[in-house]
Amino acid sequence: MKNNKYEMTIGIECHVQLATATKLFSGAKNDSREAVPNENASPIDWGLPGMLPVLNERAVELAARLGLALDAKINLASRFDRKHYFYPDLPSGFQRTQLYEPIIGEGLVELPSGGKVRVEHAHLEEDAGKLTHVGEKTLVDLNRAGTPLVEIVSMPDMHSAREAREYCQELQKLAIYSGASDADLYHGNMRFDVNISVAEPGAKKLGTRVEVKNINSFKAVERAVEYEFKRQVGLIEKGEKFGQETRGWDENKQKTVSQRSKEEAMDYRYMPEPDVPPVRLAEGFVDGVRAEMPVLHTVLRHEFLKIGLGEAVVETLLDNHGLALRMHEVVGETDAKTAKRVADWFSSVWLAAEVTSTEIPSVAQLLELAEMVAAGELSSTAAKEVLLKMSVGSPRAVAEKLQLLQVSDEGALEEMVERVLALPAAAKAVADVKAGEMKALGFLVGLVMKESKGQANPGKVQGIIKSKV
Amino acid sequence: MKLASKSVSAVEMVKEALRKAKAASEYNIFVNLTEERALARAEEIDAKILAGEEVGALAGVPYALKDNYLDLKTPTTASAKILEEFVSPLQATVVKKLEEAGAICIGKANMDAFGHGAFTENSAYGVTKNAIDKTRVAGGSSGGSAVAVALALDIVPFAIGSDTGGSARAPASFNGIVGVRPTFGAVSRYGVVAFASSTDTVGCLARDADDARLVMRVIAGEDARDSTSVNDVYYQPDTPRDISLDGQQLRIGLIASLLGEGVDAEVVARTKEYAEKMKQAGHEVGEVDLPMLQYAVPIYYVVTSAETASNLARYDGVRYGRDRKGDSFVAETRRRIVIGNYVLSAGFYDAYYIKAQKVRTLLIEEMREAFSRFDVLLTPTMPFVAPKIGEKAGDPLLGYLADLMTAPPALVGVPAISVPAGETAGGLPVGVQLIGWRGDDEKLLALAEQMENLTKEGVYKGGVA
Repeated sequence: MKNNKYEMTIGIECHVQLATATKLFSGAKNDSREAVPNENASPIDWGLPGMLPVLNERAVELAARLGLALDAKINLASRFDRKHYFYPDLPSGFQRTQLYEPIIGEGLVELPSGGKVRVEHAHLEEDAGKLTHVGEKTLVDLNRAGTPLVEIVSMPDMHSAREAREYCQELQKLAIYSGASDADLYHGNMRFDVNISVAEPGAKKLGTRVEVKNINSFKAVERAVEYEFKRQVGLIEKGEKFGQETRGWDENKQKTVSQRSKEEAMDYRYMPEPDVPPVRLAEGFVDGVRAEMPVLHTVLRHEFLKIGLGEAVVETLLDNHGLALRMHEVVGETDAKTAKRVADWFSSVWLAAEVTSTEIPSVAQLLELAEMVAAGELSSTAAKEVLLKMSVGSPRAVAEKLQLLQVSDEGALEEMVERVLALPAAAKAVADVKAGEMKALGFLVGLVMKESKGQANPGKVQGIIKSKV
Repeated sequence: MKLASKSVSAVEMVKEALRKAKAASEYNIFVNLTEERALARAEEIDAKILAGEEVGALAGVPYALKDNYLDLKTPTTASAKILEEFVSPLQATVVKKLEEAGAICIGKANMDAFGHGAFTENSAYGVTKNAIDKTRVAGGSSGGSAVAVALALDIVPFAIGSDTGGSARAPASFNGIVGVRPTFGAVSRYGVVAFASSTDTVGCLARDADDARLVMRVIAGEDARDSTSVNDVYYQPDTPRDISLDGQQLRIGLIASLLGEGVDAEVVARTKEYAEKMKQAGHEVGEVDLPMLQYAVPIYYVVTSAETASNLARYDGVRYGRDRKGDSFVAETRRRIVIGNYVLSAGFYDAYYIKAQKVRTLLIEEMREAFSRFDVLLTPTMPFVAPKIGEKAGDPLLGYLADLMTAPPALVGVPAISVPAGETAGGLPVGVQLIGWRGDDEKLLALAEQMENLTKEGVYKGGVA
């Protein structure tokens, strides 16, 4: 973001919760969305004396996947460190993280708008528990303690709120499409720490860095950046000096609030984790992860744009993982024209109907449906209705059951047209058409359609009327 | 050590052990006796024997368990008040293995709180007295475990201790028994209250090498719950006893620098005699110099204090029923927490912790090189015999220097055992330390047994025949 006098520089740290079955160092269940507090916490998560961490291999795999999605180098040698601080949600008194030797090296994220954001590194670490303050008391829930996270640390390559938001959204898609995470923001699967500094354009040194921690929505990322830019510019204009600090985002007040200054920064007394041997990956391990890598949205974006879909439709599809994957299959099976028709169904019909809970139609169903429309057996309006009900059967069966099939049989149509033209209500229009007033033709087609309860093929009906009159 | 004759029942053996433990209460060996659970276990074993079922290698054998091991529904204090109310919901792998072998724990043995000490004077539950001389310390930190085995009253034939920097070997030396520190990782640390993770090992105390070997074979092996554990250091319990020595002539390296200043003359004399006896047994004895050893104690106190500060951070006053104030931690534990946090803090980390780890690597390389020339290294276990209770208590540095010989193997991760090497003129036991390279545990025990067999009694008494 720029006004004429100032430029903003943004770097983002993003925590992504990995979609493992169990935690990073214990056998407790990772997914606690349905759990009561402390149901999914093992003695290792409680930090009981004598308990030892055992690294979850699946977490390493998923981290590597995310790394490959970030177009990053996977470090074959990495290790864990202990980061110490006292807090009631951290039963061991330290968090296991990778300070010195992270599993993921430098990477790159390309934004749809064309920008590029370099990833400095990304590392594995465990989450802490959750505290709930109830009056005088504080309740501790350790379900989240030990949850595997990957923290992705970007370089300070962003300069606007929009870019910051875009970057976060790209990370979410990379996490989802790679299968590394559910990346569900509502359930806190992703959290963002945004570092913002403001300086004059071209200044040799960046301005004072302010970190806004723990943001959990894209909108809030954007708002927080906008707010901080204005706030910091305001301070600079007033000639006020300010130091490095950590701030939080107040959703209700839509502003950032100070949490602690640099002077209050903690000394984490990092130490190599002696209970977890260093991680040593074989080359073959990374190749295996690469081989199992699902198709990424960046590939799909390119593919969809290439067949001529509009940018807005493409992004809408990519926002819906299941639909985008189905679309990918459709593109592989048919021509661009048909694929576009399916894309239109998905973006304007399927999503508008909010049927996300039901199963997405199969490629075979979609292609059959498209073929029926192309063959004139189904009107495009009727096709949309069939689309939403295909979970119960083939498009033809559904169309038949709903009596939506178009009558295209020449003989049947001729008979019907003759019957309609003979009606008293048609007399004036017939005369008008004969007199060359083609507007009346539409009226006659309408009458036939009504007679057929909408099932006649209007194109054919028009042709027959012309030839009869 | 087995219930081989079947002339006594497990219940009788356990009752007898408990009776003796109570009779010896003035020695302050146990923090807790686990009487009820022990008797119930003994009845189970007897029922199995009666039914002709398979019982393990240690069926019915009572033992003492150092109080830093978790056992089901049993208080585990690590001799610290902060854990006074902690009752473990879990069982350490070692305890489980012993249970499967039929051994029966009769009580949790006293220790220096969290292992912080070499004399068992730093227990929140009082000093444990030496088995030979009640006015002297038991050694530590596995003091209770050692005295339970060493006392003439014969309470238990073996005990489980742990050894972070000498905690099994020091009390073995002071009480005239065998104390084993295995290769790092040979025995699972799962369920052991952590002191310093990179040097914590599970050790045992026994009257002779043969008993110690049986116990180590039972408890050793890889454990999925401890990522640092490994297989194949010890043989299976039913493997013949002398398999690893097999009549071979060993090259013994006597570490000359550890026989000089600051080491009691009588300790030096007994060690030299032991070396002489090794020659008579057909081994080759030479002197070896390891200059890095002079840094072992400083490295040890930097590294293990850092790790203990970290491991003890969990006792933060929120859980375990006590806050961190008052007597929750003994003075020595507080001291090590402070030292540990100091060496890890910003600005000091490189100067202390990192430097110590670098020197540790040099020590490892130096010892690796020594083992290319020698099969076994020989030192005294302790620089002195058991001091009077309170004698060294005023100055923590005196206690730290007691680790002069026991700390190096701990830092390198190699096995070391303390075996009896006779006594002083005043009748106090002297122990010597046999050090092997990683994985040489069986060889050390075979050598110790060979040395024991050179005497009629089967226990090395010192002197040259």
